[in-house]
Amino acid sequence: MNITLDADKCCAAGQCVLVAPEVFDQRDEDGIVVLLDAAPPADQHDAVREAAAICPAAVIKVDE
Amino acid sequence: MSPRRIAVVGASAAGLAAAEALRRFGWTGTLTLVGDEPHPPYDRPPLSKQLLQGAWQPDKLHLRAADQLDALGLDLRLGTRATGLDTATRTLTLDSGERLACDGVIVATGVAARTLPEAAGLDGVHTLRTLEDALALKERLSGTGHRLVVIGNGVLGCEAAAVARELGHEVALVGREALPMARTVGTQIGELLAAEHHERGVRLHTAAVDGFEADGDGPARRVTAVRTADGTRLPADTVLVAIGSEPAVGWLHGDPALDTTDGLRCDAYCAAAPGVYAAGDVARWQHPVHGRDLRVEHRMNATEQGMAAARNLLAELAESLEGDEALAPAAGRERRPFTPVPYFWSDQYGLKIQAYGVLGGADRSEATVVDPDSRKAVALYGRDGRATGVLAIGLPPRQVRGLRALIATPVPWEEAREGLRNALA
Repeated sequence: MNITLDADKCCAAGQCVLVAPEVFDQRDEDGIVVLLDAAPPADQHDAVREAAAICPAAVIKVDE
Repeated sequence: MSPRRIAVVGASAAGLAAAEALRRFGWTGTLTLVGDEPHPPYDRPPLSKQLLQGAWQPDKLHLRAADQLDALGLDLRLGTRATGLDTATRTLTLDSGERLACDGVIVATGVAARTLPEAAGLDGVHTLRTLEDALALKERLSGTGHRLVVIGNGVLGCEAAAVARELGHEVALVGREALPMARTVGTQIGELLAAEHHERGVRLHTAAVDGFEADGDGPARRVTAVRTADGTRLPADTVLVAIGSEPAVGWLHGDPALDTTDGLRCDAYCAAAPGVYAAGDVARWQHPVHGRDLRVEHRMNATEQGMAAARNLLAELAESLEGDEALAPAAGRERRPFTPVPYFWSDQYGLKIQAYGVLGGADRSEATVVDPDSRKAVALYGRDGRATGVLAIGLPPRQVRGLRALIATPVPWEEAREGLRNALA
């Protein structure tokens, strides 16, 4: 799994951090998404797919 | 026998989320996605912000890249309108006259912008719902020194007013509510927003709109002013009518099994009839935790409800289609009530407004202005003695996430106040 972000589109909803806190974080100053792990281990994959699906700004792209 | 088919009607955020979830949860049969606009699924929140501002080009609004859409294997019908649904036979009719026999249908037709009858045929008067709407308004506001009157001081009107002001236009914001977004956020936060708009040079008027003044004839009739019921004349070369929206349920009126009063009424599982589910702005469903019907026109809800409707439809179909190759076997497939913590955000000038839970219908609210200069504030909303929603402006993300946890389920008012104090400490 490889994750890429279009952080420029991020609306700082923080839903990805709620779903997959080991993979995503938010910048303190403006809440913009930060990618902690672009190729997370298998036990994170479901959470990452969920995060990509619910992101309200379609920021997260997952290639598998 | 015709192939198994699920049709998703509406190709915006909710419809796309439903289609993706149907595939993810195991639907291998035909998947028809019907959208009345000619565009592949695109995102609407940026229309009144980044697109209007000129920061983004339209292609940046695409919700999915072409290869991601291809991977869904859709029977994609864009520029196509559904005109009827017979829930007894699950037959969908399209504007071409084509009738599609479906095993399941997800209704995600969203809402349409409300307008004013006096605006018909008047050059310079706009609504803002679709990409075309946004591009037309952006074109209209090209150059500098336009006089824009925004009718309606809800979220959309406020966002557009902020952008137009930042672009250097003269902006008047007219609403029947005394304060910007007050119906959504209450009086205290409304006052804070009013102060911000005022400071940025937006003229705020509380009044009902009486009509327009125009010059020219026929198709060249151009708006020159907005008249309000209190006798004020607001000069304008451009007008944005942002007075809310109507659920797009007109095409469903033919089926007596459906309740289309203020959206398509659903049960707690987002089901409107057997095999028929709804999601997004158009869906009014029974929120089990809040114990009342909700219809939520927020971007986040479109996605979450699209996914929930897809899951529940497949769970229902699993019983009748057991062993059918159209539906891959899946463990733990069961219908679940849709119980989201609603979320919305709005950007105006540098302010990021975020809210969790249910703010509407509150019988009490309490705002804490943390820092008036930077407009940093928090507010709690409640009903029947319980806190049901929370709003934050200018708070760091960690604190905002903490506020969500605070009201994820309604809690006694005093308990929520205490939690809020701790979160701010």
